Amino acid sequence: MGTSIGTFLIGNRYVDDPIMVVFIVLLSAAILFIMAFFITNGFEKLAEANRMKTEFVGIVSHQLRAPLSNLKWSIELLMSGRLGKIEEKQKEYFQILEENSSRMHELISDLLVVSRMETTGFFSHKASFSLIKLVKETIKEFDIFTKSSNIKIDFDYPSKKIDTLADSPHIKLVVENLIDNAIRYAKKGGNIQIKAQARKDKIYLEIKDDGVGIPKNDQRYIFQKFFRAQNALKHQTQGSGLGLYIAKTMIEKSNGKIGFNSKENEGSTFWFTLPLAHKS
Amino acid sequence: MKRILIIEDESALQKTLGEILTQEGYETISALDGGSGLDLAKAKSPDLILLDLILPKMNGFDVLTNLKKDNTTKGIPVIVLTNLEGVAEIDRVISLGATAYLVKAQYSLEELVARVKQVLDSPM
Repeated sequence: MGTSIGTFLIGNRYVDDPIMVVFIVLLSAAILFIMAFFITNGFEKLAEANRMKTEFVGIVSHQLRAPLSNLKWSIELLMSGRLGKIEEKQKEYFQILEENSSRMHELISDLLVVSRMETTGFFSHKASFSLIKLVKETIKEFDIFTKSSNIKIDFDYPSKKIDTLADSPHIKLVVENLIDNAIRYAKKGGNIQIKAQARKDKIYLEIKDDGVGIPKNDQRYIFQKFFRAQNALKHQTQGSGLGLYIAKTMIEKSNGKIGFNSKENEGSTFWFTLPLAHKS
Repeated sequence: MKRILIIEDESALQKTLGEILTQEGYETISALDGGSGLDLAKAKSPDLILLDLILPKMNGFDVLTNLKKDNTTKGIPVIVLTNLEGVAEIDRVISLGATAYLVKAQYSLEELVARVKQVLDSPM
């Protein structure tokens, strides 16, 4: 509209014939209309292609789970010794198979979560639950890994009961991802300090490690899909680069905030906030 | 000896499940599709059914619906064993009368055996 008026005013000033002015205005409006149509259409096609790509990733990931379940359970059966004694040398290679099938499972699970987040807008069932209890349970699940790497986890939390309002399986995935990263990138014999606090109408949780840290140049990309920092790639070849993207999306969908402070070679502190179930 | 019916279209998975459950002292019978699984359930009256959801000929939801409609099979506990993990699927299966819903990717074989024992040992 503005452009048409502008064209009319300019045309009126420099062209004497009013019919010609009207013609120029109509022509410029038609050109703009056609351009707008192609741009909108282009965006719609782009959005559709993106949706199809995400759906495709979801279907492929799901289909991959069936052969992987076969692989996982067959290896487990072989390693259990139920089908006959396994020699030490064979055991080593079965362990390699087992570890790699677990890695594929993790990657596929992450891809499925991302695909679900992007196609269905992510179904969330919010209810009141204890984040402290959830963190304690998660720390326990990582026991075997912390012991084998000689990593110590301290958890400091208030004695007063503080519940949060969110989707607990989603938040569990976030806590698992953050603790998993802290362990993966920790130095042997390192420390991980976890702290929970009630802050006004929010619960605050931070996970601090003294590991490899994130290089300054990589920090702005850290929550992006598939991004892995340069030193992380050197330190740990595993990892999908989806964990922090999933964490950010889930915390923000739960009306919380997530962030971090990090210094290369000194460690990282990841934190998030979530709404309290009952304001204190 | 308690009898377990495995309705699973992945023959390798069927073999692994059959092997470990046989070792645990159960008799196992198997079907590779939903239709023959339902027929086998009616003919052999198993004590427990392990049921996949994505199956040829008749899907697991329909098998479960039919099992719970039939007087001869409605009392048989059914553990759904699948790789689908959507909330909608879980709700649907539980409302249709399944005893448990296990996502294959999240369970080890030993955990699965423990769950089978728990279901078979619990009073009806």
